[in-house]
Amino acid sequence: MANDLPVPSFLLGRLTWEAIPKEPIVLATFAVVAVGGLAVVALLTRFRLWGYLWREWFTSVDHKKIGIMYMVLGLIMLVRGFADAIMMRLQQMMAFGGSEGYLTAHHYDQVFTAHGVIMIFFVAMPFVTGLMNYVVPLQIGARDVSFPFLNNFSFWMTVGGAVIVMASLFLGEFAQTGWLSFPPLSGIAYSPYVGVDYYIWGLQVAGVGTTLSGINLMVTIIKMRAPGMTLMKMPVFVWTALCTNILIVASFPVLTMTLILLTLDRYLGTNFFTNDLGGNPMMYVNLIWIWGHPEVYILILPLFGVYSEVTATFSGKRLFGYTSMVYATVCITVLSYLVWLHHFFTMGSGASVNSFFGITTMIISIPTGAKIFNWLFTIYRGRLRFELPIMWTIAFMLTFTVGGMTGVLLAVPPADFVLHNSLFLIAHFHNVIIGGVLFGVFAAISYWWPKAFGFTLNKFWGLVSFWFWVVGFWCAFMPLYVLGLMGVTRRMRVFDDPSLQIWFIIAALGAGLIACGIAAFFVQIAVSIRDRAKTRDLSGDPWNGRTLEWATSSPPADYNFAFTPVVHDLDAWWQMKAAGATQPQTGYLPIHMPKNTSSGVVLAGLATVFGMAMVWYIWWLAALSFLALVGTAIAHTFIYHRDFRIEAAKVAQVETARQNALTGAA
Amino acid sequence: MRKPLAIQMLLAPILLLSGCKFDVLAPAGDVAAQQRDLLLISTGLMLLIIVPVMGLTLFFAWKYREGNDKARYAPEWGHSTKLELVIWSAPLLIVICLGALTWVGTHLLDPYRPLSRPAGSTAVQEPPLRVEVVALDWKWLFIYPDQGVAAVNDLAVPVNRQVEFTLTSANVMNAFYIPAMAGMIYAMPAMETKLHGVFNVKGDFQGLSSHYSGAGFSGMRFKAHAVDGPDFDAWIARAKASGQTLDRARYLTLAAPSQNEKPAFFASVEPDLYDRVVNLCVAEGKMCMSEMAALDAKGGTGLAGAYNIAALTYDRGPGVAAWQGAPFMVAQICSPAEAARKFARAPLPSTAADMSPLMGHGLAKPTGWLSLPPKLSIAQTRPAAPSDL
Repeated sequence: MANDLPVPSFLLGRLTWEAIPKEPIVLATFAVVAVGGLAVVALLTRFRLWGYLWREWFTSVDHKKIGIMYMVLGLIMLVRGFADAIMMRLQQMMAFGGSEGYLTAHHYDQVFTAHGVIMIFFVAMPFVTGLMNYVVPLQIGARDVSFPFLNNFSFWMTVGGAVIVMASLFLGEFAQTGWLSFPPLSGIAYSPYVGVDYYIWGLQVAGVGTTLSGINLMVTIIKMRAPGMTLMKMPVFVWTALCTNILIVASFPVLTMTLILLTLDRYLGTNFFTNDLGGNPMMYVNLIWIWGHPEVYILILPLFGVYSEVTATFSGKRLFGYTSMVYATVCITVLSYLVWLHHFFTMGSGASVNSFFGITTMIISIPTGAKIFNWLFTIYRGRLRFELPIMWTIAFMLTFTVGGMTGVLLAVPPADFVLHNSLFLIAHFHNVIIGGVLFGVFAAISYWWPKAFGFTLNKFWGLVSFWFWVVGFWCAFMPLYVLGLMGVTRRMRVFDDPSLQIWFIIAALGAGLIACGIAAFFVQIAVSIRDRAKTRDLSGDPWNGRTLEWATSSPPADYNFAFTPVVHDLDAWWQMKAAGATQPQTGYLPIHMPKNTSSGVVLAGLATVFGMAMVWYIWWLAALSFLALVGTAIAHTFIYHRDFRIEAAKVAQVETARQNALTGAA
Repeated sequence: MRKPLAIQMLLAPILLLSGCKFDVLAPAGDVAAQQRDLLLISTGLMLLIIVPVMGLTLFFAWKYREGNDKARYAPEWGHSTKLELVIWSAPLLIVICLGALTWVGTHLLDPYRPLSRPAGSTAVQEPPLRVEVVALDWKWLFIYPDQGVAAVNDLAVPVNRQVEFTLTSANVMNAFYIPAMAGMIYAMPAMETKLHGVFNVKGDFQGLSSHYSGAGFSGMRFKAHAVDGPDFDAWIARAKASGQTLDRARYLTLAAPSQNEKPAFFASVEPDLYDRVVNLCVAEGKMCMSEMAALDAKGGTGLAGAYNIAALTYDRGPGVAAWQGAPFMVAQICSPAEAARKFARAPLPSTAADMSPLMGHGLAKPTGWLSLPPKLSIAQTRPAAPSDL
């Protein structure tokens, strides 16, 4: 591409016939996606679901529905990101002994960049945001988040970013730079075509959503807790969500600004990160990691919260060391800003600087270690019920400690000099992200699924998925630790030492096992939906839970709680059950609720068009869509009828129906 | 080379089992060996806490299972000051040990620090061998300034002699890494990094770029030959025999992107080539960054310097920013005396407010918001008697 850049035309910018990739693999993918997409569209039309989806889901401001949509987005993108992973494993397995494998450099380099970007921004982030969205308001006894429209808008901006990144698969190319796009390689001089622009605009559009959603949830937690729920009576998941959103609000603007500077370099010819004219690429590396390291904790902290909830619930016991758990979380939040340089010890800083950042990194392992011990002592003197969520939690505790250990190893600068950028590093961060974040997401899905849908998930297929994932993970990543110790580094497309091949074959097998795990997960969902009549849970509290979300029906009514609960204890619902508290059956009041709106979809759609126009240098479209974006945002502020009331009679009807179902079942 | 017996015993089964080269665990140089030792000691320290935790996890999960009525059940128990103390202090103690180890190890193994014992404590210490390394798209250039030769994708160093690498890159970031010798360090454009290392065992070892740098990145491999004195001299002689000269023009053709380059040798190298690479002024007509810095140190070239872009631009890859103009250059610079003479004849235009050709040759001196304070204006410093004109 680099040598025959198209001359931008006025009408279509850089978009020409040549922009459509002709590689057979891409074409085949396109065919599959197109056929699958058409099938989905046909089915939705056949069953007349478009109106339902639009009214009840796409325009919904209900935090529960938005949370579920985030999870669906995460799952779809997980499949895409995992397809990239499989492609990499196959390429590295094949490319030995003079073989070039089956991917060209142009293709392979896009694959590993896309894998990282998608897995972090469009899988892990939607999962985490979705969980917080769904669970936080329920756990603090609120009816919705503070800014329901903003929530809908944030979600669609995340989708917009995902759409831009996905479009690069069939239109032009994605970045070939690695997932953080370091200049000068990502500068216009060395990445002249659209790849890095897709990267920039995909992340900028999604980043707006993430930042706004961070503000939203932070305010929700601070302002909307039920009466009696002081900060130190908040469930641990809410604490971790609070810290995560503080991290989001404080760190995502850094990413946004860094990308704006890179954009200026690429579009206006400024020299922030160029080699020429006083630019300094090291500045970018610092800035991006000042965002990037807190990002790691943005991903893991909410899952620490999930593990805490799950461990306490399935041990049938109070969480051990709640206070130290909270302080550990806050410690991690603060410390996460003091360690960014450990991502580039090898960039030539002095020994004292490297030591400082190495030691701060090790200090983070103290609160993290304390958390592990706290879970351990929550199990101690408990009554452990081996349901799926606790199995994922135990797998996490065993896997994550290993990942933590290799992480501390990498924090020792002299050791990092031999392990940095090696497959050891790759194994380490997959060890903490899969073993920490993804296991946590699966624990959370199996834990809160009955709350969201009113029936439990099939345990057999859940166990199948669990064992494939856990065994697959160890099989896929232990060989990478070994390879790292042999001095094999990352992002290689071909290898010359044939003795390494066996390890890559084992790793590819592991990836195959994980593929079975993902498939089993989807089977589990399908089977559970099929058998939902048998596994229906009317109580709303299938696990004998401890926190407020289990006090209401499953799925909760639109208004979550007919009466705002009053909290007296850390484990509010546990205490209510112990005290024999029951919900009053009369005296319902009308409930004030936000109205659905299509503004979020429209705004995010325009932002996506703007991003695509900027990627392709279609200036007129960019200007037009930007004006439309600002215009729609202003017009939205003139919508005065944003709320409605659920009448007391309606509330009474819903609550009585639930009461009847409960007594009928009993 | 120092290599504790215990560590060898520990590693032997792994090494035998695989039959492949564990460059990081069984290196051929003292620096990498010390890095390996640090790695193993840290692992050991952490296993002190990791193993009990993993064991307890399994044990507790089994013992406190629902079916086991014999285990004690305390549903309201959630706090113990003594336990909390242990929970926080055990990792703290480990981190204190690790932190001390890190501080000392990081300073001793700082890549900028010359080695204290390259050939073991007994051998005679020779002065370090200097090698200048340039990362190119996509190959490595090694310049031996003391021997006056250069090689592409082939490196030879004498065993037991300290090597001082100074590294830079022509355009994008790379990382220079010989796993068996010493750690990696980034090679970055317009900057210089350093790495000290030594080989204590003879042999051919792999070297590579470990920081992704574009399409040909996988092929940036070279063999690092650790040889004895006579073999090193033979290697130098071989380079000398190639008859090739690496001057600036040859360097520019060499720097053009290419993949999977075979080793190549140069008998002589233009003496200041490496400095020009670091200062981005190999091509004719480019101003070196060091020259620019020297000018700046003397107060700079004023407004003319701000417009004098062409001599400073270097990255002219295939891509240009969407809204960027061509680089430009002031056609002439005159001395203060010449300027004074010129302005004496032709008075300053008092209303030169047209700012439109902000780029362009022979730009009129801006007035208004860009102008100098009045007391410094040239009109007032005009010589009283321009008699020599």
